[in-house]
Amino acid sequence: MSHAPAKASSETRKQLFRVWRGDKTAGTFKDYTATVTPGMVVLDVIHQIQAEQANDLACRWNCKAGKCGSCSAEINGKPRLMCMTRMDELPTDMPVVVEPMKAFPLIKDLVTDVSWNYDVKKKIKPFKPRKPDAPDGTWRMDQADVDRVQEFRKCIECFLCQDVCHVLRDHHKHEEFIGPRFLVYTAALEMHPLDTEDRLADLRKSQGLGYCNITKCCTKVCPEHITITDNAIIPLKERVVDEYFDPVTKLFKMFKKKT
Amino acid sequence: MADFQTHEHDVIVIGAGGAGLRAAIEASAAGVSVGLICKSLLGKAHTVMAEGGMAAALAHNDERDSWKTHFADTMRGGQYLNNWRMAELHAKEAPDRARELEAWGAVFDRTKDGRINQRNFGGHRYPRLAHVGDRTGLEMIRTLQDHSVHRGMTIYMETTVTQIIKDGPNGRVIGAVGYDRPTGTLHYWKAKAIVLATGGIGKAYKITSNSWEYSGDGHAMAYNAGADLMDMEFVQFHPTGMVWPPSVRGILVTEGVRGEGGVLRNSQGKRFMFDDIPDNYKPSTADSEEEGWRYVLGDKSARRPPELLTRDHVARCINREVKAGRGSPHGGVFLDIAWIKTKLANGEEHIKKKLPSMYHQFITLAGVDITKEPMEVGPTTHYVMGGVKVDGDTQMSTVPGLFAAGEVAAGLHGANRLGGNSLSDLIVFGKRAGEYAAKFAKENGPIKTDQAAVDAALKQTLAPLDRSGGENPYQVQYALQDMMQDLVGIVRREDEMAKALDGLAQLKARAAKASASASREYNPGWHTAIDLANLLTVSEAITRSAIERKESRGAQFREDFPNKSEEFGTFNHVVRKGPDGQMQVIRQPLTPLRDDLKQVIEENKNV
Repeated sequence: MSHAPAKASSETRKQLFRVWRGDKTAGTFKDYTATVTPGMVVLDVIHQIQAEQANDLACRWNCKAGKCGSCSAEINGKPRLMCMTRMDELPTDMPVVVEPMKAFPLIKDLVTDVSWNYDVKKKIKPFKPRKPDAPDGTWRMDQADVDRVQEFRKCIECFLCQDVCHVLRDHHKHEEFIGPRFLVYTAALEMHPLDTEDRLADLRKSQGLGYCNITKCCTKVCPEHITITDNAIIPLKERVVDEYFDPVTKLFKMFKKKT
Repeated sequence: MADFQTHEHDVIVIGAGGAGLRAAIEASAAGVSVGLICKSLLGKAHTVMAEGGMAAALAHNDERDSWKTHFADTMRGGQYLNNWRMAELHAKEAPDRARELEAWGAVFDRTKDGRINQRNFGGHRYPRLAHVGDRTGLEMIRTLQDHSVHRGMTIYMETTVTQIIKDGPNGRVIGAVGYDRPTGTLHYWKAKAIVLATGGIGKAYKITSNSWEYSGDGHAMAYNAGADLMDMEFVQFHPTGMVWPPSVRGILVTEGVRGEGGVLRNSQGKRFMFDDIPDNYKPSTADSEEEGWRYVLGDKSARRPPELLTRDHVARCINREVKAGRGSPHGGVFLDIAWIKTKLANGEEHIKKKLPSMYHQFITLAGVDITKEPMEVGPTTHYVMGGVKVDGDTQMSTVPGLFAAGEVAAGLHGANRLGGNSLSDLIVFGKRAGEYAAKFAKENGPIKTDQAAVDAALKQTLAPLDRSGGENPYQVQYALQDMMQDLVGIVRREDEMAKALDGLAQLKARAAKASASASREYNPGWHTAIDLANLLTVSEAITRSAIERKESRGAQFREDFPNKSEEFGTFNHVVRKGPDGQMQVIRQPLTPLRDDLKQVIEENKNV
């Protein structure tokens, strides 16, 4: 899209919205004219349409502050949170197009069935801590060692990274690939200073780590600015390679262990 | 009769924020069958928005801290109307619950010696809040969520419960009915015990930090089931919500900003919080800006800056400044964290590290860089101290088999909640509610279905869809929010609240006719019409209780009764559905405080 964002408007204005309306069986875009005041975000407009023009317009939302990850949608073709997309950064000379995420089955209007994500998470081996460090049953961890994991744990599970990932969106590999969200989740567990579980075999065999070809689309859409590809996925790939495909490193490790 | 699906569990938990998840985990661990029903997707509940931290006297950052000081702080913050048994259990058990989260994978910020780091917060004598930057709630809910999915419970997502079913007017609970959002299918859950963990009521007000879910469902369902509510006049207005731009008005600005050294100034640049320090907090409050800053840095000989006084007081001071014409351009005051750069070499980095989501929120939504300029903030409806009256040990309400935990329960916080005591409340009493609900289910044999009651409840659930040509439910909800904001808000008066009662009667009539067009599938108009009935019930409970409390105490400020009254400090207000269906407000004398706890309060009076 070549449109430069319009300058912040300080006045009330009208804006045409083109919103996807429909369900599993059929659907179409519908036009609504909204009244836009300064500081509004796309979710405000959707709420306005819902309250004044279409009571039955379905959308998910909760916190309206970018913390819960409920209001994921595609705005002018880009996967984004509706609550964190300001109206004054969108072009005013064309309709604002709002559509549901594409990588998941549609329920109605802007709401998709994201239950697959919950099923995937269940299959990932849970956190398994080492024995406590102190007699009172607690652990010691340095801030420097938890920084990396804390980055991953910022994830608000908006599933925009899943939506944009071509392995899921275009190739529908939902059965073979867990997607960027759950690679981040697995990375958070694998790099947790206390965790003792081994998830590398699952990553390689049933979770499709190899499908990711590092196009970094997920990193670009992450509203929490998690460096998904560089900090989570690539290190996981390296671990799997070290474990399964690099005899020299393996030998070297065995040697190191003995000394 | 309407078609519905039937499910059977020993225990159902309604709500999947911190309290609901913790209750479900505990009940599951006790070996009973658990159904967890949540209004949104799992992991999206309001707990996710909690920012500052969870209060627990771990004494990591100051070894002088103990459960006793935490208990005394909580009672003082609640103006001694608290259920002291809950305040005691909370202070004693919060450290174990916090450590348990760590064992389940939570990653808190660390102290230099590698333990859980704790931060300062309003009304807490010592740094007490275990935290993860300013996204502690997310850490809690994700940890509990990820732990719970491996416990074998059944989770019903995007499902709203509309009514509790009992075996007769004075009987025990036997189940609940509701609907799921995606398909609009009706459901009946047979259950031997029910835990309400539905959160609060913020959507009764126009300016609020709460999401659409906070429509007082648990409060209203418990009331309709014959349970007592308590302390409903006490609604917390958090002092710092965003005020500009208009569309984000009310969104929370964590108290953590002040905990990290943020200061409040009026339009004249004055730190006005130094002007009005309540007598009972004078001994523990700094008397100079210099001492306040030393406290922020961790100097143990320094006392708290006045920005960290309790929320009720700070909110009123902000209100006063705005009314006196000393506010910020958009009707708030200035909250400045950027100034700490004059004290800390790495100030900008420090702010971004400790308050990342505040930085993100302001830069994205308001175009304000908090590392460089002050924020504009003002009070926002945040939390209800009132709720279902419960037994302090078991969390059971006055209805057998009906339990409540978290914000929907009353007692722990009295007239005003301290920041950070909510997250700890969730896990301490979520666990207890789950444990005792499981026990109740095991000990109180089989149940029958009352088909007539189920049918009636389902019919009521469908009513807004069956009506046609009625008013748009959104418009009725907006009218209610405007009215509650104007007439039963942060400053209250008898005549205005009397007007609100009349207004509520009219709104009830309008709501009874509101209709939702279109189908049952994901129809927010229908959902709003159902939530509206609950909002009206809690609004009436708040208004009636507030009228009856003819004094100012904690979160209740009466312009016509500006002082605290000794008489009103001797009882709680209980709200109950009378035999005629009318709402009654009853004075319930406080249970006398145990002698050893009296002594704890005395010992902590001047620290």
